[in-house]
Amino acid sequence: MLLLDWLYVGVFAVVGLGMAALPMAIVWALAPRVAHAQKRLTYESGVVPFGQAWAQFNVRYYLFGLIFVIFDVEVIYLYPWAIVFQRLGKFAFVEMLIFLTILLIGLAYAWRKGALEWA
Amino acid sequence: MSWGLEIVKAVGLTIAVFTFLAVVAAMLGVLLERKIGGWIQSRLGPKHVGPQGLLQTVADTIKLLQKEHIAPRAADTAIFNTAPLIVAVAGLLDWIVIPFGPNLIVRDLNIGVVFFAAMASLTVVGILVGGFASNNKYSLLGGLRSASQMISYELPLATALIAVAMQAGTLSTLGIVNAQAQRGWFVFLQFPAFVIFLIAATAEVNRVPFDLPEAESELVAGYFSEYTGMRFALFQLGEYAEMFAMAAMATTLFLGGWRGPILPPVIWFLLKMYLIVFLLMWTRWTFPRLRLDQLLNLSWKLLLPAGLIWILITGFFITFF
Repeated sequence: MLLLDWLYVGVFAVVGLGMAALPMAIVWALAPRVAHAQKRLTYESGVVPFGQAWAQFNVRYYLFGLIFVIFDVEVIYLYPWAIVFQRLGKFAFVEMLIFLTILLIGLAYAWRKGALEWA
Repeated sequence: MSWGLEIVKAVGLTIAVFTFLAVVAAMLGVLLERKIGGWIQSRLGPKHVGPQGLLQTVADTIKLLQKEHIAPRAADTAIFNTAPLIVAVAGLLDWIVIPFGPNLIVRDLNIGVVFFAAMASLTVVGILVGGFASNNKYSLLGGLRSASQMISYELPLATALIAVAMQAGTLSTLGIVNAQAQRGWFVFLQFPAFVIFLIAATAEVNRVPFDLPEAESELVAGYFSEYTGMRFALFQLGEYAEMFAMAAMATTLFLGGWRGPILPPVIWFLLKMYLIVFLLMWTRWTFPRLRLDQLLNLSWKLLLPAGLIWILITGFFITFF
């Protein structure tokens, strides 16, 4: 039955993509197409755009992504534990307490080092 | 159980859910937003098109369908065109695990809640792709800021979901609603998780007070500056569908889903979902916008440690009592 579940998800994705593309098709059929050079200029609040659009951007975005990946993996470990820990008793809870403490210390380290500043 | 029949059922359900979303989330949702915003600001919202302005969004949609498709010459056409589709499909896939009634769910995945969080993350991909493909400084920066905001709030959202899963002992949404029958609604048992979930959900859908990435006064329109006409409408459809999905998940996880005394279950579910949607819209029209570093600080320095500590407290109480 698991395969059936994911069949539903797959069909949803494919048919959903088709249904989202339907307005696109309607626009392609109905909308006017008047070519004009000024229409296709990049928008920059009215001035002529200058410089590279795909410019360099700050490394802060990368840092946030990196820290997100670390904590997301931690959260993935928490999901199965959340379901079974009631059956496993006190030992499971103490073990997860230690795991989360180590990760909270990691978060505090990142905080102190300034990795969470600004963006 | 033949595969052909199941595929036909799945296609039918997709069309039904998409139509429901297009009508309820996009059309009624946008109208509701404008009317509520108007009333909060002591004015009436749209009132001329149709009775009480109900056909306003229909008129808007018909108008948008006739707009010319303009793409900047410098944009990367292939991914420029697919970004709105990704956001719309991500908003749609979330609805697979939302239970409208005792057996009214598209598919009760045994990892329902994790699937929901994962589909909410797909929106980030669409936004990054759209921002990057536009070849526009505003779009690029808007896309990056929106992506970093959304991933920062994924984590508190996940901790709230885990706390609820711990209380219910299951990740399936139907199981969580049934668990609330025995122990009472989780909004009382898990109130901090409820608060964290609502704040994280508001940030996940880029709504005020967290809508800096699409703030009109800051970055023009952020990642969808270069999108016109129906593509813009598809982005909005995805965002509104996501907002309604978050509201629906909040009622499933915390407010007892479809349970209620006299009325039919679906009516209760919709009532509760609209209550949360009203709450989200109310906060939109009441609060000022947070600056980006303020909202990132809120997520990493307040909500994430609070969420993790709440998980420990929940675990402590469940294990030792």
